[in-house]
Amino acid sequence: MSLPATRRNALSVALGLGALLFLTALAALGLGGVHLSIPRVWSALMGHAGDPQGLAIVRDLRLPRVLMAALVGAALAVSGTALQALLRNPLADPYVLGISSGAALGEILALWLGGWWAAAAPVLAFAGAVATTAWVYLLGRRGGRLTSYTLVLAGVVTASFLSAVILFVLTMLSTRDVRGTAFWLMGDLSVVTSARIGFMAPVIALGILVLYGFAKDLNVLLLGDVEAAHLGVPVARVETIVFLLASLLTGLAVSVSGTIGYLGLLVPHLGRMLVGSDHRLLIPAAALGGATILILADTLARTVVAPLELPVGAVTAVAGAPVFIYLLRRRAG
Amino acid sequence: MSVIERKPEAAPEGPKGSELRSGSSRGDRLSVDRVTFRYPHFELGPASFDARPGSLTAIIGPNGSGKSTLLEIASGHLKPGSGRVLLEGDDLHAMSASARARRVGLARQDTPLLFAFTVREFVRQGRHPHVGRLFETGEDERWVDWAAAETSLQHLGSRRLTEISGGEFQRAVLARTLAQRPRLLLLDEPTANLDIGYQIEMLSLLRRLAGSEPFIVIIVTHELNLASEMADHVLLLDAGRVVRQGTPEAVFDAAQLSRAFRTEVAVDRNPSSGRPRVTWVTCGGLAGGRR
Repeated sequence: MSLPATRRNALSVALGLGALLFLTALAALGLGGVHLSIPRVWSALMGHAGDPQGLAIVRDLRLPRVLMAALVGAALAVSGTALQALLRNPLADPYVLGISSGAALGEILALWLGGWWAAAAPVLAFAGAVATTAWVYLLGRRGGRLTSYTLVLAGVVTASFLSAVILFVLTMLSTRDVRGTAFWLMGDLSVVTSARIGFMAPVIALGILVLYGFAKDLNVLLLGDVEAAHLGVPVARVETIVFLLASLLTGLAVSVSGTIGYLGLLVPHLGRMLVGSDHRLLIPAAALGGATILILADTLARTVVAPLELPVGAVTAVAGAPVFIYLLRRRAG
Repeated sequence: MSVIERKPEAAPEGPKGSELRSGSSRGDRLSVDRVTFRYPHFELGPASFDARPGSLTAIIGPNGSGKSTLLEIASGHLKPGSGRVLLEGDDLHAMSASARARRVGLARQDTPLLFAFTVREFVRQGRHPHVGRLFETGEDERWVDWAAAETSLQHLGSRRLTEISGGEFQRAVLARTLAQRPRLLLLDEPTANLDIGYQIEMLSLLRRLAGSEPFIVIIVTHELNLASEMADHVLLLDAGRVVRQGTPEAVFDAAQLSRAFRTEVAVDRNPSSGRPRVTWVTCGGLAGGRR
């Protein structure tokens, strides 16, 4: 389906998917070791007294996690959407540029150094993501321009190198740390603090809003570089800013939740199936859709083999791979 | 100059734009002034020509003679080694990309097809230089309707670009360029994939647009006879130099064309229009071939 990109349709998309997100979040807050009914969840959210258990479970235990899932899901999905436009490649993904490997290295170095460093692991993970982004950017740049080809090659080579370094550092870690790292590498939303949410929420929201400002330019970029330039788009500048923003969003997401795969790749596609390729509709659809899907995946991750928890990245991979294959076949056919 | 054309342009650009467009004393034409360009194995120029509003200029010449390069330089997109290009008195290379995009439209032959937009979405992209806010206005949509109608695409609006024919795609590219409402309309091989019916329709459309709006239309084409029929002014390029320019009658000289294209051609008159007509010279069933 392809909706005409009007202000009204953008609002409809936002409201419709926003409502879906809200309902999913409510349901997710009710599910877990102790099942809570929706009315109970609602009264806990509203802060009504008389249900201390419900209050504790919803507010202290599940709400931060659901909020973080929404933020990370939105960040990864929007980042994937922007990168697919930037690379003119509907099969691009935030991780193909090596950003997640950089974040992983930062995280693992933090664990290895231990003590105070370990506590600041997200900061190091983010620093790793930023450093890798800068490196890939400089490496992949050709005459001031970011070409899809060289950028992807630079990303792949960097990711490959970093993986080797990561494996090396892993051998230095204790067994317990290795297990924790493995979990983190597969995506883990269980370590969430409200301080982190307080920081991430405005930054991610701002990043997504700024990217939305480039939605028209991204549409035109999809026509091709020369065409875009002829239509007045400052191609080099737009590419640079979009690349940096997408990397920022990915880096933030990965630094707190590890590498959750398939969202950046698939949510934009599902979004296109729903609202078409116009980024003025697609970016809100991806943000809200990504948030909803990750909340669902995380809920599954913590309930399906309760009391054990699966890493959420495993859920997205198991669900995502068949969807990806389906989309590939659809394109080929 | 029709009132309808002027109104949407003036608003986004502000006073400077509208002042320039009211036909000031600096002229209302395109002026290509001694431009040169150096490729590794090839030198274009110095090339000069003028094109007035309401005219259709055709650039012809053998492959590799620099036609597309000259067109790109005239669009303001490719910076010449020396010389300048003035549109209505303004240096096209000194403008910002967005200011230029409001005045110059270039429809290229090898537009890539990367994503499956619908035809209408594709044409609407032409409004990009004019859309100040995030969403198009009713005015923008009216120009999209107009561009689609002019190129007979109004019934294909919701079809995906991947579902239309090569000729229809080419018309869509033209429609997108028309939707830009540029002063200067540049087209590289606009009739490349079209059957003869659409070729004539396309060039008649361009001829009509040049006359009525008025656009300045410049095309690069291999279709010598269509150029002869439709153009007011023809440039013959060979190995980067403008060997001849003028009316079709002046440029379509058999000896000159044979030299430029390195094959023997004959020129007679089209009986219905009186314009020059180029035909192959054959001997014993085969064409003369390149010497």
